[in-house]
Amino acid sequence: MYQLNKVDKKFPGVHALKAVDFKIGRGEIVGLVGENGAGKSTLMKVIYGAYQPDGGTITIDGKPVRFQNPRQAMDHGIGMVFQEQSLITNLTVMENIFLGFEKQFVRFGVINWAAMAEAARHQLRKVKLAIDPATVTSKLSFAQRQLVELAKVLTLEERIEGDLVILLDEPTSVLAKEEVELLFSLVRELTSRASFIFVSHRMDEVLELSDRIYVMKDGEVVDVVTHDEANIDAIQHKMVGRDVDKQYYREQKQRPYDQSRSLVRFDRVSLAGKYSEISFDLHPGEVLCLVGTEGSGREAILRTIFGLEKPSTGRVEVKGKPFDRANAQEAVARGVGYVPRERKVEGIVNGMNVYENMTLSQMGNYASNGVLRIAEEKALAEDWIKRLSIKTPDVYKDCGGLSGGNQQKVVLAKWRSGGSDIFLLDHPTRGLDIGAKEDVYDMIREMCDDGAGIVLVADTLEEAIGLSHTILVLKDGEFQKRFDGSPGDKPSLYDLVHHMI
Amino acid sequence: MGSRIRRETLVKWAPLLVLIVLCAFFAAMEPRFLSTRNFARILIAASPALMVAIGVTFVIIMGSIDLSMEGTVSVCAVAFAFCFLWLGGTLASWAWLALPVAMLVGAALGFINGLVHVKLRIPSFMASLAMGFVGTGLAMVMTGGDRIRIEDELFRSLLTERFLGFPLMVYVAGLFLLVAWFIQTRTTLGRNFYAVGGGEDLAIASGLNVNRVRVLGFTLAGVFFSVGALLAVGRIGIAETATGNNFMFLSITAVVVGGTALWGGLGGVWNTLVGVLIVFVIGNGMVVIGLPGYVQDGVLGILVILAVILSTDRKSISFVK
Repeated sequence: MYQLNKVDKKFPGVHALKAVDFKIGRGEIVGLVGENGAGKSTLMKVIYGAYQPDGGTITIDGKPVRFQNPRQAMDHGIGMVFQEQSLITNLTVMENIFLGFEKQFVRFGVINWAAMAEAARHQLRKVKLAIDPATVTSKLSFAQRQLVELAKVLTLEERIEGDLVILLDEPTSVLAKEEVELLFSLVRELTSRASFIFVSHRMDEVLELSDRIYVMKDGEVVDVVTHDEANIDAIQHKMVGRDVDKQYYREQKQRPYDQSRSLVRFDRVSLAGKYSEISFDLHPGEVLCLVGTEGSGREAILRTIFGLEKPSTGRVEVKGKPFDRANAQEAVARGVGYVPRERKVEGIVNGMNVYENMTLSQMGNYASNGVLRIAEEKALAEDWIKRLSIKTPDVYKDCGGLSGGNQQKVVLAKWRSGGSDIFLLDHPTRGLDIGAKEDVYDMIREMCDDGAGIVLVADTLEEAIGLSHTILVLKDGEFQKRFDGSPGDKPSLYDLVHHMI
Repeated sequence: MGSRIRRETLVKWAPLLVLIVLCAFFAAMEPRFLSTRNFARILIAASPALMVAIGVTFVIIMGSIDLSMEGTVSVCAVAFAFCFLWLGGTLASWAWLALPVAMLVGAALGFINGLVHVKLRIPSFMASLAMGFVGTGLAMVMTGGDRIRIEDELFRSLLTERFLGFPLMVYVAGLFLLVAWFIQTRTTLGRNFYAVGGGEDLAIASGLNVNRVRVLGFTLAGVFFSVGALLAVGRIGIAETATGNNFMFLSITAVVVGGTALWGGLGGVWNTLVGVLIVFVIGNGMVVIGLPGYVQDGVLGILVILAVILSTDRKSISFVK
């Protein structure tokens, strides 16, 4: 009944959806799987009306529709249960359930709270949640909130004639085992009235619940399998199957690292709620890659090394000295450089020019008694502009006006010129075009040759495999497996995915 | 791209353009507006406010706001007056020490202000507003509501002694403007203000001690408030609780009209100079062409809204609280 035909969506630099066909029948549960960045969330957003497709058509029961916003999609019976909890926590449960649809309870401008509470109770019964609708949402557990989200979407049942399509985006990520079971049995019961689209990176759950599974890769649907034919291994191969170009990741420039010294040592380190019992050593000249899905603890480990998080147990050493009273200043002083994922937020200061950005972490080296030696700063910037061939008209250019690749080079120059030799790179190539990516790969090899150690969270698995000497696979904050990746003897994508999900 | 560059250029030069247009307008209405005497009058009135506005400029560049100026100015003025009279009552004696003392008092108040904001994690507008009230109250307790006259001729020469038609206090203000410019462009502290205002997360991720920068920013603001207090006392020869009155609206208006962005990271002391001049030219011009004084406030209010509309790229901001 609900169908996407050759739906296309492009963003600047990214072809997010390539002629995607997708359909869902009455009462069906459809699974949607794919790597990070495969296009799942874009597809979801097209389905519930947050994005408008650039090409292709959407039909409901054969009639073409076009949604300008999620509200219009809801009027056609399409609702979304958000992964990020979308409830407003300082409002009560019933206010959340009817947020934006209070009008039905209003008489002469006044809300009839009793009527709203009764209606909310009716919705909560559908998800078998026995709570007072006047409870403030922040008092609920995560599992309860997830059910309230579902109840909120189920108000569509009364409002809309006809069929419903409900999207569940990673609904199980915060739930315990029994709660997942409860949710699944609920979803199965509700198929009498609604169809479900289920997105999760927990493959076993998708297999268990779904009637059919769409497998996405690079913005395309690469396979559709039915519940009975589904096989985890086959699906995982489909998700990642790609040829890796050795040249591209500069594998020929990969040199063995120096095993005798340790730059960063993690000894059974845990951070409550993020990761537990992680141990590794980072050596000079080594690229150590942390691999896992979103929320597997990769970023938290980087933040710990940079002193932004305090581990709850275990011992962190940076350059042989313990790192107990850690903060970012101490980390920088010991030679740690951090290239965060959100370049605009944590990478470069908009409105500051090239040399000001470059010396930001090392102003002390360019100042006498607090007075800056600007001529030296400019000389430094000009030197690095040449070395990294940064494309900027001059050193006075506002960094916010540079392209993403050149911004990233400025960030890397900032840390390298300051003498950092431990680099934490979080998605360093995100949003860069291919040429700029290759420049970043070259720089990573160069830094290793200079004896720096690099902890990398890569943008794709291929990148992780291509660049790294060592790969640690994490899942839900726990260490899964370690791979060595010397050139010519790299683990395959499948090896990694197998341990990730 | 073209329109973007034009927009940025426009935003950059708009305050100066407004100032020139205003001057031309008042000059056309009343030629006496252009006389040296009248300009001297404008600058005398503007000098104390310029100092206060420069102080708050640094804080606004950091992305915070300081509303303690009225209290701080009053306390500094009163502390100066007491100290000055106690030490002899003329600059020719040890009483000159009262000048640095007043600046220290300003620095101390700013420092406390910064500590309250940073250590107790109170939003800067609330912390500083409260500190301002504390200051006003303190000044009242110190004076018991009295006015303290400073009649030393040497000190009053700030106003009475003229050079090229402008009294000395105008040159003193100009000197401190240059000092502020130096701090803004040439010191690590000035650079840090822009870094914190431009991206606090980033400043932390670059290993800056953001809290220290914050406290120093408020301290520096306190010093400039105290200079403003000294000029204000020099101008009228009286120190009292009311010395600080009106500085809050004047200085914040001037900073915003001058084009310094309220969310931090953009602008500087030259913007503030232009902003202060706009505010005082409007005030003076209206009197010169014979409009009632209360129209001023309305015009200034409208100007603030216009300045914010012009300097904000509203497409990039989804929510305003």
